[in-house]
Amino acid sequence: MGLEADYEIPVLTTSVEKMVQWARRSSIWPVTFGLACCAIEMMAMSCSRYDIARFGAEVFRGSPRQSDLMIVAGRLSRKMAPALRRIYDQMPEPKWVISMGACASIGGVFDNYAIVQGVDQVVPVDVYVPGCPPRPESLIYGIVQLQRKIAESRLA
Amino acid sequence: MEVAALTASLQQAVPDATIEPAPSVDLQTTIYVSRDHVAALARTLRDAPDLKFAFLAELTAVDYWPREPRYEVVYVLVSIEHRLRLRMKVRLAGAQAHLATVSDVWPAANWLEREVWDLFGIVFDGHPDPRRLLMPEDWEGWPLRKDSPVQIRRPPHVTEPLQVTAEEFRQNVERDRMARE
Repeated sequence: MGLEADYEIPVLTTSVEKMVQWARRSSIWPVTFGLACCAIEMMAMSCSRYDIARFGAEVFRGSPRQSDLMIVAGRLSRKMAPALRRIYDQMPEPKWVISMGACASIGGVFDNYAIVQGVDQVVPVDVYVPGCPPRPESLIYGIVQLQRKIAESRLA
Repeated sequence: MEVAALTASLQQAVPDATIEPAPSVDLQTTIYVSRDHVAALARTLRDAPDLKFAFLAELTAVDYWPREPRYEVVYVLVSIEHRLRLRMKVRLAGAQAHLATVSDVWPAANWLEREVWDLFGIVFDGHPDPRRLLMPEDWEGWPLRKDSPVQIRRPPHVTEPLQVTAEEFRQNVERDRMARE
């Protein structure tokens, strides 16, 4: 950061890696879908009271092609698992997954034949958010943790 | 209509059938009928002028394992014309868990029978579309049977089988294009 004084216009020097990390973590676009009651908390998080726009993740996209974060909000049935995997496969790289709530993380109270016992059997999970359901603050904390993870990720 | 009058009316229409009144806690008219005469009885219940049970409100099954006969298939019928409700039950042994479909009598039975087949493995002979309804199509087992395990430790299927071949896909696109033009 030593070049500022040599120029008339204000400039800031940094590395490409830091620039890319900043760009990626500052505008995380989640894909719009919810599986169960956790989705209600996810919607609350995106609305005015909790306002995830403060952290740059408010643009919920209707198409996985335009998204880079998948919030698995709720219990995942075995019949739904191929559809979830398909949505994940349709998202462009780089992409991240938050497993929201007890059901998505370990199956929760639904320890039975119909529910997948943890979505990490279907998609790779970056951040697990505990709770049943987690409060919007918890999910915001999860997104901030994801932003820290992105900030520390290295370009190839 | 009293149970006795209803039973007599049905017995007259289908003489071979075994029809007996059943106890019911909620005092709703309930009868047990023999398995082999379900289709004939269903037609009579729908069409007889003094019955006219035109509406099949529910079709489900109960598993009383390990008792034999273990299954009971339950039909809940409503006669809108005569303001009657009827619960008709069929006992089924585990070894011969199949009976005739009533989906040609009440079209509503189509999906309900598929659901019972899906969850209990009870076969409905002559059903026009005997596929699973709720569980994945490659599922093995009958989840609502009492001897079926509640918890299974098996990795989930995460891929979908290819639904059309490449040739079928091209044909579909071509047909769609021609329909638009």
